[in-house]
Amino acid sequence: MKSVNHHNSLTQVLLKSFAFLLVFLLSFSVHSQDVDEARQKEGKKLFKSLCASCHKLDKKLVGPALSGVEERREHEWLQKWIRNNAELRASGDADAIAVFEEFNGSSMTAFPQLTDKNIDDILYYTTVGEVKKAGDVAAATADASSSKDGGPKWLIYILAAAIIVAFLIIGSLLKTISELKGAPKTPGLLGQTADLWQGIKQNTFLHVLAVIFGALVTAYFLFGTLFKVGVDQGYQPIQPITFSHKIHAGDNKIECQYCHSAAKHSKHSGIPSVNVCMNCHKNISEVADDTKVVLEEGGVVLTKPDLDKEIAKIYEAAGWDTDKLAYTGNTKPVKWVRVHNLPDFAYFNHSQHVTVAGVKCQKCHGPVEEMEEVYQYSPLTMGWCVDCHKATKVDLKGNEYYAKIHAELAKKYGVDQVTIAQLGGKECGKCHY
Amino acid sequence: MASNKKYWQSVEELKEGSVVETLRNNEFVEEIPTDEFLGDKETLETSSTSRRDFLKYVGFSTAAASLAACEGPVRKSIPYVVQPDNIVVGVADWYATTIADGFDFANVLVKTREGRPIQIMPNKEIGGVTNARTQASVLSLYDSNLRLKEPRKGTTQISWADADKEIIAELERLNAANESVVLLTGSLASPSTDKVIADFIAKYPNVKHVVYDAVSESGTADAFEAMYGTRALPNYDFSKAEVIASIGADILGDWQGGYEKSYAEGRKPELGKMSYHVQIESNMSLAGANADKRIVAKPSDQVYALINLYNTVTGANMPSKATAHDAEIKKLATSLQKAGNKGVVVTGLNDKNAQLIALAINKALNSEVIDVVNVNNTRQGNDTEVAQLLKDLSSGKVKGLVTYNVNPNYSLTGFADAAKKASLSVAISTQDDATATAMQYALPAPHNLESWGDVSASANTYGLMQPTISPIFNTRQIQDVLLKWSGSSVNYYDILKEFWSTNVLNGASWNQALHDGFFKKELESVVTVNDIDINTAAATLVKNTTPSQYELNLYTSTALGDGKQANNPWLQELPDPITRASWDNYLTVSMADAKELGFDNPVKDNGAIDGNYANVTVNGVTINNIPVMVQPGQAKGSFGLALGYGRTQGLKEEMQVGVNAYPFYANGNSIQYNVSIEKASGWHKFACTQVQKTIAGRNDILKEATLKEVLNKKLDPKHTWNKPAMVSYDHQEVEAKTIDLWDEHNREIGHHFNLSIDLTSCTGCGACVVACHAENNVPVVGKHEVRVGRDMHWLRIDRYYSSEVNEKQVEASMTIEEFKAQNPNIANQEVERKYAEKILELGGGDLFAALETSAENPQVAFQPMMCQHCNHAPCETVCPVAATSHGRQGQNQMAYNRCVGTRYCANNCPYRVRRFNWFNYSDNSEFDFNMNNDYGKMVLNPDVVVRSRGVMEKCSMCIQMTQATILKAKKEGRAVKKDEFKTACSEACSTGAMVFGDVNNTEDKVTQLKEDNRAYHVLDYIGTKPNVVYQVKVRNTNEA
Repeated sequence: MKSVNHHNSLTQVLLKSFAFLLVFLLSFSVHSQDVDEARQKEGKKLFKSLCASCHKLDKKLVGPALSGVEERREHEWLQKWIRNNAELRASGDADAIAVFEEFNGSSMTAFPQLTDKNIDDILYYTTVGEVKKAGDVAAATADASSSKDGGPKWLIYILAAAIIVAFLIIGSLLKTISELKGAPKTPGLLGQTADLWQGIKQNTFLHVLAVIFGALVTAYFLFGTLFKVGVDQGYQPIQPITFSHKIHAGDNKIECQYCHSAAKHSKHSGIPSVNVCMNCHKNISEVADDTKVVLEEGGVVLTKPDLDKEIAKIYEAAGWDTDKLAYTGNTKPVKWVRVHNLPDFAYFNHSQHVTVAGVKCQKCHGPVEEMEEVYQYSPLTMGWCVDCHKATKVDLKGNEYYAKIHAELAKKYGVDQVTIAQLGGKECGKCHY
Repeated sequence: MASNKKYWQSVEELKEGSVVETLRNNEFVEEIPTDEFLGDKETLETSSTSRRDFLKYVGFSTAAASLAACEGPVRKSIPYVVQPDNIVVGVADWYATTIADGFDFANVLVKTREGRPIQIMPNKEIGGVTNARTQASVLSLYDSNLRLKEPRKGTTQISWADADKEIIAELERLNAANESVVLLTGSLASPSTDKVIADFIAKYPNVKHVVYDAVSESGTADAFEAMYGTRALPNYDFSKAEVIASIGADILGDWQGGYEKSYAEGRKPELGKMSYHVQIESNMSLAGANADKRIVAKPSDQVYALINLYNTVTGANMPSKATAHDAEIKKLATSLQKAGNKGVVVTGLNDKNAQLIALAINKALNSEVIDVVNVNNTRQGNDTEVAQLLKDLSSGKVKGLVTYNVNPNYSLTGFADAAKKASLSVAISTQDDATATAMQYALPAPHNLESWGDVSASANTYGLMQPTISPIFNTRQIQDVLLKWSGSSVNYYDILKEFWSTNVLNGASWNQALHDGFFKKELESVVTVNDIDINTAAATLVKNTTPSQYELNLYTSTALGDGKQANNPWLQELPDPITRASWDNYLTVSMADAKELGFDNPVKDNGAIDGNYANVTVNGVTINNIPVMVQPGQAKGSFGLALGYGRTQGLKEEMQVGVNAYPFYANGNSIQYNVSIEKASGWHKFACTQVQKTIAGRNDILKEATLKEVLNKKLDPKHTWNKPAMVSYDHQEVEAKTIDLWDEHNREIGHHFNLSIDLTSCTGCGACVVACHAENNVPVVGKHEVRVGRDMHWLRIDRYYSSEVNEKQVEASMTIEEFKAQNPNIANQEVERKYAEKILELGGGDLFAALETSAENPQVAFQPMMCQHCNHAPCETVCPVAATSHGRQGQNQMAYNRCVGTRYCANNCPYRVRRFNWFNYSDNSEFDFNMNNDYGKMVLNPDVVVRSRGVMEKCSMCIQMTQATILKAKKEGRAVKKDEFKTACSEACSTGAMVFGDVNNTEDKVTQLKEDNRAYHVLDYIGTKPNVVYQVKVRNTNEA
């Protein structure tokens, strides 16, 4: 993260105390409502599992927004409605029929299994809403202030120092030699440096050394530079929708292959089509209040209003009318930017690795569940592929295909388990055709 | 026997000191043309680019290139909005459908990727057969150049609704006035479409449906109707035949759709059965090339031969004339009589009387081969009605004309002018061709692969056609058009489904039929035979036959057929199996006539062939500047010329090749008498691979044997007809394959792929070549590049002519074996040549002269040749960067990204199968073929890379397909099934000549084939140990 590091402890102290103050104030405001947390928690749990697919607290979804519903309706009526709304409608209740018609005749599921207490808890939750936890904010602040590890810079300093010392020793040696040969002793530090410089200038051996050293350094950097041409490790393009894998795969623990469902069947992992997004986002039109996405670029922090706009982009692509809650048919495909680009002459097949070998996605793609924006984690060079093929042992018990081949090869190489390379995974033609 | 034969590939080789000898020694006949810009001192000096400028440019472009390389291009990836359930991105879907374009009919499987068809393969489960054109039709789908994209009135675009309104109004006006309207289509063979047309005619009774086939079999249909009461063609099952007598019928080419599958089934030496096939013809056709005996007769002689054959078989005495071949005809008649109901006679003469005689002979033989119940519906054209239409249009009697996917403005003389007189003319057409542009309305029809439909190619089979891609352009099917015009609101799909459930399926499942693409029905075999007066037929036939000094036999080429797909670069580049010329049609002339008339085909030092021009006049019609190709085996006094070329309207400039021969095709008759010819000035440049890629004079390439030898259990093939190469090792003669210069690869573990090619079954049809194009993204290089030997075909079909030099040998003082024993010092491969020179005293020119005489009618053999995937590959050892290496599974692998283009490998390849990318063939306007436009690129196989300039490429043994098969097995957790491995060529091969598989799997068919008595490796004495194994070609000499 490229967030600003805090240079002195004073600012840190100031910030931390400010954060504490903030937390204190917030918790005070929440606590002032005097919420029965146990009931709220119970109600929230039930709401999330039973109601959330059609209702939100503060927004119309398939059904109406439920925040403060207790103020609008009779408690009795609500109980009846929630238990079995069809029955209520059948009994000729005018309000029930009105609600039913307002939402285009989509009937709500009946919940006869709910006890009175359950319903009360749910309704309690719709009334008090979310409770802000004091710890969250403080943790976030603390996170931001953690600093980054430095690289092994001391090594470079030591090397530089060693070179300087070596030069000084050579200089003094040269001087001693010239003195021994009978040259007059040169006085003063300035004179000594001049002599040293003179000595260096006249010494052919040093010239040769310098040239060799120069050539090596140039070669090293040139080679390093050229080798990186086309290697896009760390490539992190700006996507048309700021999609956070952290929120989806990390926080919400959605399986990778729920969206990238082609990975187990095909050479491509498949970028999910918009209808896959809509499986969930039909109901999730906005993020939770405290959701945050911290972008790496300049430490930009996206908060709820920004992120809700991102979700709206899905609706635009899918042609989903959020007011009418219907598809308009006016679709607009999302033009994602490809992060992992293999050259055409390299053939890679996801299903071979995912289905057959059972390789975890993270092995090549890195900790995607922690990435706010996806970047290319691995170098995707041939050396990187081959290294893994050389090191990885094939464990495919129970796969009939390998039964014979594996046994024979294991015997041939005198090992228990053969590596992919021994199985032929290092041949040019296996990936280049 | 193999050792008595001389093989040659071009007429030029028969000449002494020919340039071909020199060419043999050069893999790359064309030098890199550095002299063009470096050798010309004057240009260099006067050039405005100074040295300083040059350095500036170099510096700038290097800097620009490296900057560009640092920042990769941003690639977008756009997923579906709503992904169809049955599509997994990156996984191919196959659909069973039917191809029917009026000339080619086939039950096929179509491979689609992300909703784009990319390949067509025969539906082998139901006996489907594809030829090169069917294979290539997937590219014609994406022909953005020629396809009609929007409805048009005159030259302006019009909406479908407006077009419908205007045309319906005019149709109703014509109907009210009772003016005649004609619906002109090709052979549709579609029962449901027939119903739609019938309903249309019911609504507009003034409409008449006329069927017009550009290449006609009308005479056959007329004859069949006269004899059996149905207007159709008889079917043939050549697998049942013991003796096949074909008089001018190219049964392996396009004659009535081709019968190569059943033909090959009837010729299986390993099963001990092999039909005896005698071909009497004037042009060298595919059937003639494969025949056991080929009798060269000019067209008029073929007519007499047919009658003489009838007379001999039946003992009748029909009027005829004696020909030079009567003795042979007698022998043939005896063979036929001996075969009895296993004999069959077919003739390619499109003449009712000739066909009647052929039917009569088959009836006399009581032939089982001919099937008159399960008739062939693929040629329904009626020449009489077409001629009448032409007359009526000219006289103004027919006022309205609706054409569908026929192009009479190109293929029917006089039609263009006549059609102008119609008050309503509409072309419903897939192609924006000469007819579509000339009509008042041009309405786009979808391609076969975008349509619903059904096809009943033969009476008992029903094929379903289903769309494999959503329509690319604003098209509507003819059935829907006619339904709309009839005022119906039902769409054709519903009609089709309804029609099938009532008339075809008989209670069976529609979904199953759609899945199979095919439904078979039992037929009642009730045959009524009308009595035909053969005497009159023969008399009329003789009367109509007017022998002349020169006669013309028009034919359809393997590549283009009737010319529908003339804008298809794969087909244009497909070399003709016989002449090996691509991108052209030409007048084939016999060697004797060529000498008389002064025609020649000189070979240039770059291996290209030139040809003279001829002006040919037939019955008053003259076509000038037809290039001439001297054709061994052409009957003296006859010329051949392919139809289907010379199209111009809507075609890309490069495809506008050849001459249009349709003006000669009067009355749908491929035989034309009264031909006069004169030599014209100038030289034509052919794109002909005939003398290129010869195999350095090594003659152990083709092996042949007679059926008698093969069936003789007493003969040990290793010492007689399939002798392995012997080498001297440790002063012992041992088989070459036992000696290894290198360490043997361990091949026992895992898969080991082999491809077996049976030279007996290979008819040379070229389907595999096109399949390879589609599967492996093989580029098209164009006429000029083919001419200079830079064709990119990974798979080619070599054609060898051979002639027996037996006679000399009989008189010789010693046999070749004795000669060899006496001269142990002569290298093995030199023995034959030395023997011919010293013992037979056929020094150089004499030998060739001896060959030339017999070259009047040479024997032909085809040999598909691709990378042999040698276990000891000479190419691998010479690559300086190890770009080509050997895989454990037997494939010789080519890493394009590693190749630096030294071309050492190609120089060191004894089989000459490596191809060098001289240019970028994709996104290059210099090669404006399918890889240079967005539509054409949709056909590319996404699993195979498009190679770039400067790298070598070659057959990979479809490693992408073998890998996919392995992956499928792994994913399903099972071993690979029997015969599960496939290559594109083996899939496309209809005759089963190519068999691919894993020789480490004892169940695979190829495992037995590899050990077969007939198996041999080409050039086995070099010790390359190929993984491609050939099966000795067997001829039935009918000696028994």
